[in-house]
Amino acid sequence: MSPSEDQVISGVIFEESALLSVKDLSRMCAVEERHIVEYVEEGVLHVAAIDTAEWHFTGAALRRARLALRLERDLELNLAGVALALELMEELRRELKARR
Amino acid sequence: MEFKDYYKVMGVARDATEAQIKQAYRKLARKYHPDVSKEKDAEARFKEVGEAYEVLKSPEKRAAYDQLGQGHAPGQEFRPPPDWGSGFEFSGAGGRDSDYSDFFESLFGAQARSGSGGARGAFHRGRGEDHHAKVLLDLDATLQGGSRQLTLRVPEVDADGRLVSKERVLKVQVPKGILPGQHIRLAGQGGRPSGEGTPGDLFIEVEFQPHPLYRIDGRDLYLDLPVAPWEAALGATVKTPTPTGTVDLKISPGKRAGSKLRLQGRGIPASPPGDFYVVLQIALPAADDDKAKAAYAALAAALPFNPRASLGV
Repeated sequence: MSPSEDQVISGVIFEESALLSVKDLSRMCAVEERHIVEYVEEGVLHVAAIDTAEWHFTGAALRRARLALRLERDLELNLAGVALALELMEELRRELKARR
Repeated sequence: MEFKDYYKVMGVARDATEAQIKQAYRKLARKYHPDVSKEKDAEARFKEVGEAYEVLKSPEKRAAYDQLGQGHAPGQEFRPPPDWGSGFEFSGAGGRDSDYSDFFESLFGAQARSGSGGARGAFHRGRGEDHHAKVLLDLDATLQGGSRQLTLRVPEVDADGRLVSKERVLKVQVPKGILPGQHIRLAGQGGRPSGEGTPGDLFIEVEFQPHPLYRIDGRDLYLDLPVAPWEAALGATVKTPTPTGTVDLKISPGKRAGSKLRLQGRGIPASPPGDFYVVLQIALPAADDDKAKAAYAALAAALPFNPRASLGV
């Protein structure tokens, strides 16, 4: 599987190519699936599509989930605290952009 | 190796209670957390605080550290005693995967770096771990697309069970239009599975080096464009560099410094593409010869202009 040094490996932009299931997200974030479901219930993560009763997320949700997990662990926040922090961070970013 | 004073890092007394330590940690973590902090050395400080907390919040590690710390000043050269490690049992349930200092590892060993690797393997058997890396690319990589050689540092456990860092060189085709913060996913380039199964993926998070001309904001690019006072006042068509080549930019009369002109779709070629903003800067010609001085004087004589009118003076 290791390519030789001069072989060029092609990748895809993950955020634009992927549709992730709860299972994918839980594996990539190394948390239990229940945790991902809780994030959706708290509004931290948004479901992009539902088919055959299964939830799908865009690749961008991975970044958000990781950020949420870091805040939760490092700052010892609860779910509501994480949701609030993310909302405020987004608001701040929008405002800074508008002020440019 | 230098002795680290974890009490000093946390700003607590040596006899601080668990509650005080927790409180100090939360305060410092909020201040220095790299995701929220505006401090310059936030990441380094946050790691330091996290490491100190990892030790001081655990009664076993704290007791061991206290015993060892007697007679050591911070920054002093330090070696753990040869019989170190006997008599203490570390649970190693930290849950952070930051890299700890040599000092920490010599005391508590790489096993204390806990992390979620074990748990991950436990409930997702049969697939290698996904690996993550972050790289700094030149802006051209996303503007044009193209292959770039990346050097990643891969942590590995060597034959003696020590954690070492190995270099891995990869040539990667950078997808055109990738935005800062997005990831390139390289299927099958992550960790090998233990036993049967497929290898994990490698996720490379992309950020960009500062560009000499353009500022990057998400998918948009900004250029500060110097114009002469008469170009801004009277309007002009001026040459402007853009990522897709030089264009003739029409400036309508009466522009001020800081005016923004938008060239739609000329930012990073993502989908949808970003915009390219030109921010006008008024450049003043130097008054360093008689001709220039006379021109300024003529302008002053011709215009009743008080640039400080809005200040009331």
